Amino acid sequence: MIALVDFGLGNIQAFANIYRYLGIEAAPARTADDLRAASRIILPGVGAFDCAMTRLQESGLRDALDEEVLGTKKPVLGICVGMQMMAHASEEGKIPGLGWINAMVEKFDTSLLESKTYLPHMGWNDANPLRTDTLFSGLDNPRYYFLHSYFMRAEREEDVLATSNYGETFTSAVRFGNVYGTQFHPEKSHQWGVQLLKNFAKLT
Amino acid sequence: MLRPRLIPCLLIHNGGLVKTVNFTNPKYLGDPINALRIFNEKEVDELIVLDIDATIKGAEPDYQLISHLASECRMPLCYGGGIKTVEQIDKIISLGVEKVAVSSAAIDNTTIISDAASRVGSQSVVVVIDVKKTGLLRRQEVVSHNASRRTGLNPATFARQMELLGAGEILINSVDRDGVMNGYDMDLIEQVRQSINLPLTVLGGAGSLNDIKELIRCYGIIGAGAGSIFVFKGKYRAVLINYPNRLEKEDLILT
Repeated sequence: MIALVDFGLGNIQAFANIYRYLGIEAAPARTADDLRAASRIILPGVGAFDCAMTRLQESGLRDALDEEVLGTKKPVLGICVGMQMMAHASEEGKIPGLGWINAMVEKFDTSLLESKTYLPHMGWNDANPLRTDTLFSGLDNPRYYFLHSYFMRAEREEDVLATSNYGETFTSAVRFGNVYGTQFHPEKSHQWGVQLLKNFAKLT
Repeated sequence: MLRPRLIPCLLIHNGGLVKTVNFTNPKYLGDPINALRIFNEKEVDELIVLDIDATIKGAEPDYQLISHLASECRMPLCYGGGIKTVEQIDKIISLGVEKVAVSSAAIDNTTIISDAASRVGSQSVVVVIDVKKTGLLRRQEVVSHNASRRTGLNPATFARQMELLGAGEILINSVDRDGVMNGYDMDLIEQVRQSINLPLTVLGGAGSLNDIKELIRCYGIIGAGAGSIFVFKGKYRAVLINYPNRLEKEDLILT
């Protein structure tokens, strides 16, 4: 069972639909028990960093999440702001992040962009996996939908799973042990996203 | 490489999917959810759904429909129509929509844009600017309420104001070109493109994939929105949902 953390942000139903189509059990998690019963966890997120952190705090799920991710070491996948929340902090906000990954979240440097369109980084872009990992297995030149102005800068290079380019090369997927994150939206990225979510369900 | 986006725009009227000409004469096309499912199969870059009744009727957004659309949609979804408050925007985002389009409310009360940006993040706030040539001089003017109200605003100036307030994307919709299929209004697009640094999506006038190719050749990263060409086929405008396949799309992009 995959727990889709439901704290009022992010498209829970889109993940649920894809997993139903794949024949894999997934359900919204609204209580600590839901998280404990799951084998894997997806932490979605959209919107402003502080708003997302506040909502997670208010949901009452924060402690159980820490316990399942850091203690039990269940595979967890953060999506977009959900990935950014796993860092220590973000330039976008004042509230500290979850601190599951040794990283900070920064704003894109628009002076590096040639095109007239600056931020947000919006649309379909390539993700280049840097090494073999189950998360990207069977994915040849994958392409994903991005919608963000901030990105994660990981302290340790070995935590960077995939990069993409928007003026500069940035981390588009991250992994630290059982903690995974994608800056893009696999739930909105057609078969490239479906495959990635299928791969996540296979992680042990 | 970031790619330009090819975006079908679907209009909702009386619960059904329609296509208009110059914002009038809505022609019934079918069920919105069915259309969305076909667009899923065609691996569309992004989808815009606009309820063209809500503002006119002063109605609340149809949350049941929005929730249904969001859960079926396997690509990013932008929803607009009848949005007047930040609470409504927040609720629509919580239903799983990536972007909310605000139009007349942004004209009446510009602070809704800054409030929405701080609540849900700029990336999810789209301002739709309906533009029509008006008066003896045929000046481009921002209009609202399905083009029934003039505002006296210049589209480029208004777009810039929206950017400064925190909008994340501007959608320029040409009333004069809507459903006419004779090409985008390139003068209008140029004016707005020059005035803002935000992602820009344009709508109104695309009559063939060549129009889109030309738009991408001129602007590179841009949202190429279209209604008619993605829902009609042939000169008799037979209803047929269609979208370029991957190879055809590469051809449009790599010019």
